[in-house]
Amino acid sequence: MNALSSLVLAVILAALAYMGGQIDGLRLLFGVIVPYAAILIFLGGLCYQVILWAQTPVPFRITTTSGQQKSLPWIKAGWLESPWTTLGVIARMTLEVLLFRSLFRNTRADLRARSRLVYGEEKFLWLAALAFHWSFLTIFLRHLRFFMEPVPAFTNALAMLDGFFQIGAPVLYGTDVIIVLGLGYLLWRRLGDPQVRYVSLFADYFPLFLLLGLVLSGILMRYFTRIDAMAVKQLAMGLVTFSPVVPKEATPLLFMHLFLLSVLVAYFPFSKLMHMAGVFLSPTRNLANNNRMVRHINPWNAPVKVHTYEEWEEEFRDKIEAAGLPLERK
Amino acid sequence: MADQALKPEQLLQIDYRPPQKDWRDPKVEFRKGVFCYSALAKNLEYLGLPNPRKWQPHDEDWKLPSNWKEIILEGMRERLEKYRSFRLFMDICVRCGACADKCHFYLGSGDPKNMPVLRAELIRSVYRRYFTPAGRLFPNLAAARELTVDVLKEWFYYFYQCTECRRCSVFCPYGIDTAEVTMIGRELLNLVGCNINWVLEPAANCFRTGNHLGVQPHGFKDSIDFAVDELAEITGVRVEAPIMKKGAEVLLVVPSADYFGTPHYYSLLGYLMILHEIGLDYTLSAFVSEGGNFGLFNSHEMIKRLNAKMYAEAKRLKVKWILGAECGHMWRVLHQYMDTMNGPADFLEVPLSPITGTRFENARSTKMIHICEFTADLIYHKKLKLDPSRNDHWNVTFHDSCNPSRAMGLLEEPRYILRNVCNQFHDMPENTIREQTFCCGSGSGLGTDENLEMRLRGGFPRANAVKYVRDKHGVNLLACICAIDKAVLPPLLEYWVPGVDVAGVHELVGNALVMKGEKERPTDLRGTPLKMKEAAAHA
Repeated sequence: MNALSSLVLAVILAALAYMGGQIDGLRLLFGVIVPYAAILIFLGGLCYQVILWAQTPVPFRITTTSGQQKSLPWIKAGWLESPWTTLGVIARMTLEVLLFRSLFRNTRADLRARSRLVYGEEKFLWLAALAFHWSFLTIFLRHLRFFMEPVPAFTNALAMLDGFFQIGAPVLYGTDVIIVLGLGYLLWRRLGDPQVRYVSLFADYFPLFLLLGLVLSGILMRYFTRIDAMAVKQLAMGLVTFSPVVPKEATPLLFMHLFLLSVLVAYFPFSKLMHMAGVFLSPTRNLANNNRMVRHINPWNAPVKVHTYEEWEEEFRDKIEAAGLPLERK
Repeated sequence: MADQALKPEQLLQIDYRPPQKDWRDPKVEFRKGVFCYSALAKNLEYLGLPNPRKWQPHDEDWKLPSNWKEIILEGMRERLEKYRSFRLFMDICVRCGACADKCHFYLGSGDPKNMPVLRAELIRSVYRRYFTPAGRLFPNLAAARELTVDVLKEWFYYFYQCTECRRCSVFCPYGIDTAEVTMIGRELLNLVGCNINWVLEPAANCFRTGNHLGVQPHGFKDSIDFAVDELAEITGVRVEAPIMKKGAEVLLVVPSADYFGTPHYYSLLGYLMILHEIGLDYTLSAFVSEGGNFGLFNSHEMIKRLNAKMYAEAKRLKVKWILGAECGHMWRVLHQYMDTMNGPADFLEVPLSPITGTRFENARSTKMIHICEFTADLIYHKKLKLDPSRNDHWNVTFHDSCNPSRAMGLLEEPRYILRNVCNQFHDMPENTIREQTFCCGSGSGLGTDENLEMRLRGGFPRANAVKYVRDKHGVNLLACICAIDKAVLPPLLEYWVPGVDVAGVHELVGNALVMKGEKERPTDLRGTPLKMKEAAAHA
């Protein structure tokens, strides 16, 4: 149900832009106004959310340790999995953000013969997630050729690398294939794994369908309908230089592509996609396991009602005395 | 064992296929064996907690205050502003499901709401409804739920079906920590008086007498004296165990089970033997007669209230530093909360072992070290005379307790000790130890008898790994460093893996320790004849 409704919504959105792109009066809306509005919402929402998180205090240092603490000098400490220095934390976070270290640990538990639990390797989720995210980043960077003049050298180099195998014309980008496979697996897993399907919400399918729509429309334009790249560049440059134009060569597919992207970025700050920013702030990962070395300060460390020694001694005075234990106040 | 009727085979008829019913339906059934009884009014009253009354979770009417909903929502708002962890964990979960089969309660029950992701969604759905625009505008699409009495009951059911063990947080790509969610969830329930007695009675006892069991000063003294006498009988050496001795160098803090329950007690004997043997100038305290802190299972405020006595007593007794004994959740509090809450401990000195000269720089701020760190250092510097053959009747494995492993990283010290005090040691499979260790299933205050079925289910993954080493290597003893483990693992293992006993690491140290002037010791600390055991093992 969640999958279906989010698919329907994504299809409606795509169709809206596809048709809108063919109506003269709406081309400005889909080509200029919506993208600008989307980017504004994105930046505003992102900043708001990140500032909100950042302003919320971290009262306790609750690192999740995944390795040996730093204790005695002759015990090898896990500088990466249980870091006690800032450098170690940076390394841990780098692995987490760039290589999804924790997800790499993933296993699958299996109850065999109703008596024996075994844990198998389960790397596909990690692999698909990594494939998707890195492809997306590469594709994003490749797109800079539309938005920058002159085209930065690294963008060209990246495109060269991405099209390394020189298959077909236009050259097939490896990431275009990988991202479809990655997204496809993530969707297939969500639908096919009973547990994951059970926990999946509308908000889990919707971005997947938006992304698939975005990627597929892009692929269609590049390899099949052969969009006029100069028109795309004209539109993109117009947007970034604040002198927007909607070239007449812009096809309905391009409007669809741009609109799905706009929806995605506008939706971003209000969705789970914020994990992109949130992962940096996660207190179980970005704090050092140096709790006993350096005192962590809680900004709101409120006073509490305690039972003092004096009160305790008063209450148990007779018993303390009878047991022959020393009293503070004789 | 309460419920002998339930056979292991029956318990393992686990269906991992999710039910037809949508998880947003909050109805739960409080079935005998899978929930804990409510806290008695007297305990709430003693601690000054809201809404003390007579009620039970299976009652239809929970006798909530009329404005309970406002209280909970206001409590959520307050905590969203005070804890970045809570706000962030409400916002960024992508429901990838990597955590699902990492939870021992899910593995043992198949109940989808025991998947950490869904456990958090129970509260996240309410968060979305009242604190996010999407949830306010499109509650259905956003899977946002109204806060109803049924939702509150569901929270109670599932937040007291989580042992705050943090195994899921090791696997989460964003480090989302269900323990944090559960702790906040319990705090919210606490605001309207929905607590369990197994948490609040120890907390109230601890607040009043200084320990969870409610042992008063004279009782504490008797227990320690008894241990000293018994040690004299076993070893022929009379040790000293000073209580509230001012000016001692070290304050020793033990969990109360150490002087009140077995097998904990044998570890206490172990500490007393070592400290005597090396001649450490230390003291116990009847005021700080508890290292554990059941406040951790109630609220952050209660952690601080119960923990305050530790530094206060160290200051009063003018000791130089504090030594903490074997206890799991106690060490989460000491490692991650104490200094922040009740520090700075600027009146203490950086722990220094007067025997080896080791300065424990890793505790230079809190001034408190774990007894496994202390003993490992002694062994490394060859300050203890050990005869590991006295543990030859044991074939040992080590169970990492949740908190020392995932909230501290104390992994190698106990293993180093074990390798030095016994000849036969075998670790359990990799996915079930160290940071991936499985909980005993009874932590965080759930170790009560009425909850036995759920405890057996939750403890199944741990027991299953023990079974593996029992069958493969002939392991017959599980060593651990947690008081709750020592209390709940014996019945758990008896149920799932008969033939495996449970001991503290320092019990084995005590067995192996050759004391100056000791008599011939025909038995181990438990009184089991060494030779007979050996003969039995060879037979």
